[in-house]
Amino acid sequence: MTSRRVTGDSGSAGSLAAAVTRAEVCATACAEAWRGDGEILASPIGVIPTIGARLARATFEPDLLLTDGEAMLGQGTWAIGGRPEVIEGWLPYRAIFDLIYNGTRHVMMIPSQIDPHGNVNISAIGEFSRPRAALLGVRGAPGNTVNHPTSYWVPRHTPRTFVARVDMVSGVGYDRAAQAGPAASRYHELRRVVSNLGVFDFASPDRAMRLVSVHPGVGVDEVRAATGFDLVIPGDVPQTRQPSADELRLIRSVIDPGGSRSAEVQQ
Amino acid sequence: MRHKLMTADAVVAELRSGMTVGIGGWGSRRKPMSLVRAICRSHLGDLTIVSYGGPDVGLLLAAGKVRRLVYGFVSLDSIPLEPHFRAARQSGAIAVTEYDEGMLQWGLYAAACRLPFLPTRAGLGSDVLRVNPGLRTVRSPYDGEELLAVPALRLDAALVHASRADPHGNAQFLGPDPYFDDLFCTAADRAYLSCEEVVPTPELTASAPVQTLRIQRWMVAGVVEAPHGAHFTSCDPHYGRDELFQREYANAAANPAAWAAFRASYLDRDEAGYHAAVASGRAARTAAS
Repeated sequence: MTSRRVTGDSGSAGSLAAAVTRAEVCATACAEAWRGDGEILASPIGVIPTIGARLARATFEPDLLLTDGEAMLGQGTWAIGGRPEVIEGWLPYRAIFDLIYNGTRHVMMIPSQIDPHGNVNISAIGEFSRPRAALLGVRGAPGNTVNHPTSYWVPRHTPRTFVARVDMVSGVGYDRAAQAGPAASRYHELRRVVSNLGVFDFASPDRAMRLVSVHPGVGVDEVRAATGFDLVIPGDVPQTRQPSADELRLIRSVIDPGGSRSAEVQQ
Repeated sequence: MRHKLMTADAVVAELRSGMTVGIGGWGSRRKPMSLVRAICRSHLGDLTIVSYGGPDVGLLLAAGKVRRLVYGFVSLDSIPLEPHFRAARQSGAIAVTEYDEGMLQWGLYAAACRLPFLPTRAGLGSDVLRVNPGLRTVRSPYDGEELLAVPALRLDAALVHASRADPHGNAQFLGPDPYFDDLFCTAADRAYLSCEEVVPTPELTASAPVQTLRIQRWMVAGVVEAPHGAHFTSCDPHYGRDELFQREYANAAANPAAWAAFRASYLDRDEAGYHAAVASGRAARTAAS
């Protein structure tokens, strides 16, 4: 397992001298998903995407809108489990739906299954009429994916999550959006997939999932072995960038001083 | 002006087996649980339940009251997966209409507007269309775009829980999110509203802005005063979710013997008995810790 480690010993969660952890690389990679988005609602699901969205706004994407996880838009940078100091708006669920239809949002969701074209399942594993495992239901995934940019975060990259075919298409991928016609494809855009192993996008000729970078300490073969379909893999795969010193300070001291990030990503 | 105060059992007496019943709130948040518990105690059955689902759905499934479930999700929020929902789906015990969350809103809104459908992009390209073969698309007469036509989701009855109401059915939400409760009410032939407190009309605006008055009396057929009526879901700002009790509920739901014990302790009794049992359970936990 040593080869999977980013570097040396992890040290204490709050110390800036401690080595960069995989969770911190993932949070930074998630932050990058919102780069260039401007004045839209960033909707992160899960701890690592939430750290990422707050990090993006605290650094390179200051105009993003962020909620407190309930019905308030907050200003500033607050900790996981905390509350924003300044409320700048009211955003009950109905207003979020309005934002979705308006396209003023970029969500990062957690798929239970994702396929080569970015179709995603969060509803049920197995036959829908009598599933082997009933999950949440499709939630807002169908509407999100055909109305505004969508990214995904996969905390555990395995052949059971990266599958050739998903059992119940909840979030719509590129092939299905194209088949469904212009009303479905017009605003459809999958930005990136971040997993605990690497970063992926769909910038290949037939919109199949492409390996963009591997996280430090991860080999391309490891990613290939953990994926249940053939990825598009360029000849030269770069490493995912490390967080800067300022980003590390924000993650460790401001956004996640309690260390929730390490519970979502195994080192 | 009509007074609409009634008891939960009187609400149940106005419902019939086979009805389509919408339930307000969201996940494990501000659910009209006292009305749900009253249905669980009743002889009603064969219901079609429409809900942004939480333990309301779980309790009704566990009590065998549901024929069909119409939903975008079912979750306990702090516990992502609802155990009774999972069991019902995995055993194939119920028919389901699984929609995108926005489709559910559109279906209710179409019903509230007395329209046959509303167009949307949500659902296009997804397997929601595969598993709901009755859904149809509609071509825009203006630009030819082919959109999903979400059929109206007309409800025979709606059940919602508010902060405060007057005896006529004007009601307000003091928490941060009204969810879709007014839509549930207006999509229904008859809406029944439980609330933390019934107050004279002037008090509604004496201590809170008029914008909190989301429900008007024309939407409401009956008002039930039910303090802690949303327990164990949250009802901000009156109380948060009872996380310890929700965990007890979810753990019990995981096996039949534990569920039978849970039901005997909490559900096989009237609403006052339920709250007394919850209070004594809490006292026992406090004493033990």
